[in-house]
Amino acid sequence: MSETFDLGVEAMKAQLDAKVASYFSSCVHCGLCAEACLFYTETGDPHFTPIYKLEPMKKLWRREKTFWGKLGASLGMGEELTEQDFADWETLVYDSCTLCGRCSMVCPVGNDITYMIRKQREAFSVAGYAPEGMKEASRRALKFGSPMGVTFKTLQATLSHVEKDTGLTIPVDQQGADYMTLFSSMEIVNFPEYIESIARIFKSAGVSWTISSKAYEATNSGIQIGNKEIAAELVGRVVEAAEDLGVKYVVSPECGHAYTAIRWEGPNLIGRAFNFEVVHILELLEQLQSEGRLKLKSTEQTPMTLHDPCQIVRRGGVVDQPRVLLNSVADNFKEMPDHGVMNWCCGGGGGVSANERAEELRLEVFTRKKRQLDQTGVDTMVTACANCRIILEEGIEHYEMDTEVISLTELLAEHLQE
Amino acid sequence: MIGEFIDGPLWTFALTVFVIGVIWRIVSILLSGVRSDLAVPKGSAGNGAFRAMFSRFVPERTVTKRGKLQLIAGYAFHLGLFALLFFAQPHIDFFAQRITGFSWPAMPYWAFIVSAELAFAGLIFLWLYRLLNPVTRLLSDLDDHVGAILVFVVMLSGCLALAQSFEALRLLHLLLAELLLLYFPFSKLMHAFTFVMSRGYTGATMGRKGVNA
Repeated sequence: MSETFDLGVEAMKAQLDAKVASYFSSCVHCGLCAEACLFYTETGDPHFTPIYKLEPMKKLWRREKTFWGKLGASLGMGEELTEQDFADWETLVYDSCTLCGRCSMVCPVGNDITYMIRKQREAFSVAGYAPEGMKEASRRALKFGSPMGVTFKTLQATLSHVEKDTGLTIPVDQQGADYMTLFSSMEIVNFPEYIESIARIFKSAGVSWTISSKAYEATNSGIQIGNKEIAAELVGRVVEAAEDLGVKYVVSPECGHAYTAIRWEGPNLIGRAFNFEVVHILELLEQLQSEGRLKLKSTEQTPMTLHDPCQIVRRGGVVDQPRVLLNSVADNFKEMPDHGVMNWCCGGGGGVSANERAEELRLEVFTRKKRQLDQTGVDTMVTACANCRIILEEGIEHYEMDTEVISLTELLAEHLQE
Repeated sequence: MIGEFIDGPLWTFALTVFVIGVIWRIVSILLSGVRSDLAVPKGSAGNGAFRAMFSRFVPERTVTKRGKLQLIAGYAFHLGLFALLFFAQPHIDFFAQRITGFSWPAMPYWAFIVSAELAFAGLIFLWLYRLLNPVTRLLSDLDDHVGAILVFVVMLSGCLALAQSFEALRLLHLLLAELLLLYFPFSKLMHAFTFVMSRGYTGATMGRKGVNA
C-alpha cells in the first residue's frame, strides 16, 4: 500500500460531508442517471452509469458512516477501499465524465452526482490516479500561469496583433479600471478574434477595462483534475491581481469551467469573499444591451442554433442571457431538442479535452451532439465556450459534418454599430 | 404465547428501534456538516430547496423517453404502498389504537384492491427490472434485494390477513412488519426520509446559482 494511496483515502474521507451522506443514503440504484449521461446513451455500456462512477467513494462511505460498515470494520470483515479501486475507476472518473451535471438534473431523489464525482477526483488526484495530460496541464498552470504554457509574452504578442488589426489600444494593468478581463489559453492561442471582439465592444460601449499582466488566465486545471490546492493557488492569483488593480468586476471569458472556478468555487477555495464581483462575459454583454450601450446594426438571416456550455448554463445559471443576445442578432434562431439546462455536453468538458487517452471515447459519444444537430436541421451553431468550440469543431471534422461553429461574443462584435 | 410476544414486546421494540434508528441516521447525516458557501448567490437557496422537493416528483423528458416503464412502475408501487399503509381500514384501526389515539376515513374496499394491485405490479416489475436490466443489475447490492423481499412479504401477508379471520395470518403480517421496521433504519429504505435532504441540498445549491433543478 503506497503512501499516496493513504493520502488519497484521507482526502476522500474529508469529502464525506452531509451532502454526500444524504446522497448515498437516498440512492436506490434505480439507474435513471444513466439515461442522462451521453457516455452511457451513446455506448450502452452500464459501467458509464454516473452513480457507478462513485463506487469507490460509496465503499468508503459505507465503511465509515453506516452501521453495517462500522460493524464489519470492527469485526475485521467487510469491503475496504483498495488501491486497485483507484486504478480500476480512474478512467471512469476522468475519461467518461465531463462534470456536465446532466445526471444531477434527473435523479429522482435529487442527488448531485456531479458534485460527488468532482469531490471524488480530489482523492484520485492526491492518490496519483489522474490522467497524465491533466497532470501536465496542472504543472504548466502552476509554473507558467497557463495550462497550455501561455506566458504573458505570448499574450502580448496576440494583443499586438489585435491592436494592429483594430487600431485600438488594449489596456494593461490599468489601475482603477471597472472591469478586469480574463481569457482562456484557448482564446489566446486559437481564438484571438474573441479578444478583438471584446476590445471593440468595450470601446463602443464605453466600458472601463483592463487586462492584468499578473493574472490573465481564467482556465483552472485544479478544478478539472480535482486538486483544491492547485485550484486555490490559481484563483488566488486572479484575486490578488484584481484587488491590487482595485477593479470592481472580474470578467470570466467564454470558457465554461473557468466560470465555475472563479464564480462559484473561487471564494470557497480561498476561504473568503472577494472584494469585487465576478461576471460572465455574456452577463456583462446582456447588461450592456439592456442599458442601451451595446448597439447592434443588423441581423443574420442564416438559421442558427445554440450549444449551451454546461458550466455556464446548467452549472452556472447563465441561461437566459445567451438567448437574449442571440435573438438580437439572429432572425432564425432555433433551439435544439434538448436545450438550456438540459442541453447535452460537447463531450470535452471537465478536463476530458486535456486527456489524450479519452479522445477515442470522446469522439464516439459525439454522436449525441451530431443527432441533436441533425434534428435541429441548422448548419450554424453558436456557443460561448472556447473549449466547447474546439471539441465541437473536432467532432464535426471527425463525422464530416457541414456545420460552422461560431462564438456568440464574436457574432455580436460582427454586428456592432461602431 | 408467541402471539402475545409479537403483539406486545416485539412491536414496542421494533417501533423503538425504528424511531431511534431513523432519527440517528438523520442526525448523523446532518452532523457530517456542509461548509457554508462563500460565493455571492444569484438566487435563493431556500426557494431552490423547496422547489426541488416537489419538482423531482416530475421526471425530466430525457428519463421519461427511455425509462418510461420503470417510472410508471415506480409511481404505481409508491402510491399503492402509501395508500395501503395509511388508508387501509385495519391499518387505521391499528394506528389509532397503538399510536395516534384517533382515526381517519379509510379508503373503500375497491380502492384497497386497486392500491394493492398497483403496489404488487409495481414492486414485481421493479424487482425484475433490477435483476434483468444491465444497469440496475450492475448497481444493485444485497440491501436492495433484502429491502424489496421484505416489503413484498409484508404486503403479501397483509393481503392474506385482510379478512382478519385467521389470527395466525394477522400475527404473521405483524411479525414481518416488525422485521421491516427493525431493518429499515440500517438500509436503503431510509430513502423514504433522506430524499427530503438530498433534494433539499441539491435544490439549495442550484437555487443559489439561479438554476431551476
